[in-house]
Amino acid sequence: MSFQRTQEKLKILADAAKYDVSCSSSGSKRANINKGLGDATGMGICHSYTEDGRCVSLLKILLTNYCIFDCAYCVTRKSNDIKRAAFKVQEVVDLTINFYRRNYIEGLFLSSGIFKSADYTMERLVAVAKKLRLEENFNGYIHLKSIPGASDELMREAGLYADRLSVNIEIPTTSGLKRLAPDKKREDFIKPMVKVKNEIIQYKAEKKIIKSTPKYAPAGQSTQMIIGASGENDFQIMQTSNHFYKNFNLKRVYYSGYVPISYDDRLPKIGSDVPMLRENRLYQTDWLMRFYGFDISEILNRHHQNLDLDIDPKLSWALRNLHEFPVDINMADKRMLARIPGLGMKSVHKIINARRFRRLNWEHLKKIGVALNRAQYFIICNSNQFERRDLTSEKIKGFILQNSTSKYRKSLSNQLSLFG
Amino acid sequence: MQEKNLTYDGTFDGFLSAVFHVFEHKTGHVNIQNEFAAQNELFSDNETIITEESKANRVWKGLKAKLSTHGRCQLYYAFLSEQSGIENTLLDYIQYAFSRDRAVDKDYSHPSILKVAQMAKMVGREKHRMEAFVRFRLTKDHIYFANIEPDFNVLPLIQKHFKRRYADQKWVIYDIKRRYGLFYDLDKVDIVNMNFPVGFDFTKTDSDYFTEQEFEFQKLWQDYFKSTNIASRKNMKLHIRHVPKRYWKYLSEKQPN
Ligand code: SF4
Repeated sequence: MSFQRTQEKLKILADAAKYDVSCSSSGSKRANINKGLGDATGMGICHSYTEDGRCVSLLKILLTNYCIFDCAYCVTRKSNDIKRAAFKVQEVVDLTINFYRRNYIEGLFLSSGIFKSADYTMERLVAVAKKLRLEENFNGYIHLKSIPGASDELMREAGLYADRLSVNIEIPTTSGLKRLAPDKKREDFIKPMVKVKNEIIQYKAEKKIIKSTPKYAPAGQSTQMIIGASGENDFQIMQTSNHFYKNFNLKRVYYSGYVPISYDDRLPKIGSDVPMLRENRLYQTDWLMRFYGFDISEILNRHHQNLDLDIDPKLSWALRNLHEFPVDINMADKRMLARIPGLGMKSVHKIINARRFRRLNWEHLKKIGVALNRAQYFIICNSNQFERRDLTSEKIKGFILQNSTSKYRKSLSNQLSLFG
Repeated sequence: MQEKNLTYDGTFDGFLSAVFHVFEHKTGHVNIQNEFAAQNELFSDNETIITEESKANRVWKGLKAKLSTHGRCQLYYAFLSEQSGIENTLLDYIQYAFSRDRAVDKDYSHPSILKVAQMAKMVGREKHRMEAFVRFRLTKDHIYFANIEPDFNVLPLIQKHFKRRYADQKWVIYDIKRRYGLFYDLDKVDIVNMNFPVGFDFTKTDSDYFTEQEFEFQKLWQDYFKSTNIASRKNMKLHIRHVPKRYWKYLSEKQPN
């Protein structure tokens, strides 16, 4: 491996890959076999963090940033005047193995611009994964990008070596996609997704009968949407997200605030803020949907199309549904506990465990880690002190905001001043 | 009543032997301390505990009947925190556990249980950090070598992880603060003491000891680390919360070029 050449390629192809936010390396269950290298059974480790605070867990690179397509929101687009490079299959294998041996990474996340054709590109991605598994006996994590339009045969092979496969939807609405990525058809990225979904279902069925059935994409599929590039509202985004979770059994949907990279007037100008707060609110909503038992229509619907930026979506829901409160901490079921603002799932479990021993009061709740500044307006516990005033939603919101120091306050005031 | 001091050798078995002693002699007011940290007051009543595996095992087995695996695990984790006074908190926890019929490890409204859970959590966090922040460097003897300086004594906790993961390479992880290391020889992991050349600098990669390739991969990793950052999303506060500065010393990606 020529060091200088590799160094230059790595700079270009890591830079181009960084906008994909997915960095998860968990959920695989691939164990070290025959004293090989690596193990992907655990939770997935963040080995470092970038200065923007994101987890570095995988070597995240493009195989090449040559691309025949011209998606407006993408740095790799054909019409963009940038340096191009392409890794050889062996180079990617060497980098992965050597980084892994030094405990820098959990594995590889390999994506690519579309070089020549979808299948030509997908074939090379698969070749990297195959080499790592079969020649290097590598059991670390491999995430491959499914190239839109790739054939079923290649997608089947990809899943035999990769832990996770993903296709990025990127633009939440069909009309937005048409406008910004005219070469791309929704069917093209649905196709590999459907194939992978069916393979996973088949694998699970066969596995029940034949134990030795080779693993197929054990960490499942994920996708990513770019937020704030095409004027969509939060309702549309979360509807799309919900649709993909339900119909493609996705493990994760990632939301990536659009980072302006182009002077194209279909897009936000270079220098405009990355909508980080909005991105965060979408993730919170995603969690409420997946782990807190909320139906998406409770949070976003035709009357409420955008998430509040100044408060989190659970608090916002609670304020719209004051008739559900106050909740008695010592009596309520898990479902209702999970709906109290200021209580995470961890606190919910702790409460359920602890209240078997004694009735809980404010002091207990505080020690358990409940964010009382928010929760206090919505609960009663083993104490005769509780919120007796019949406060309106606006009042409660006012009190809570007064007493909170949001980490987003700065960006919040920036965003609000637009209207001020 | 006067407090009785029990000093033990700093090992977990030693601590459990001390607990055994407390139960055996029904000692009331007691203070268990590590002999290295011991600050004996002039007139207090001192006793040195001899570590006996059989006694330690009896306590541990007894706890098995009283606690979930998770609960016992938390005791061990909290012990490895090496915080002053942790032994007494653990003793209180254990006494409480033995006095009840039901498993108490989830009773977070009991102060010692909460405290142990909190300490165990901190130690657990440090364990995870070390699993993440170990940076191996390839020596000329073909051993992947890493040095760490964890806040708590987590080597015993991370051994399994590294053994499973790096089954096909020899490696050493050395705790500079506690002056011992783990050595995996492709077969098993041993605890080792090590001598380093005079003036050996743990923060530097010296070409006398490390392979040439090592420099290239460190450089590539540093470059990668820089390229993968998105400048317009920069958030140093968050960055430092994830990677506190005290860990930067031994992270290759944090070294000046
Ligand atoms: S096809 Fe992919 S790499 Fe190519 S321009 Fe579109 S988004 Fe970018």
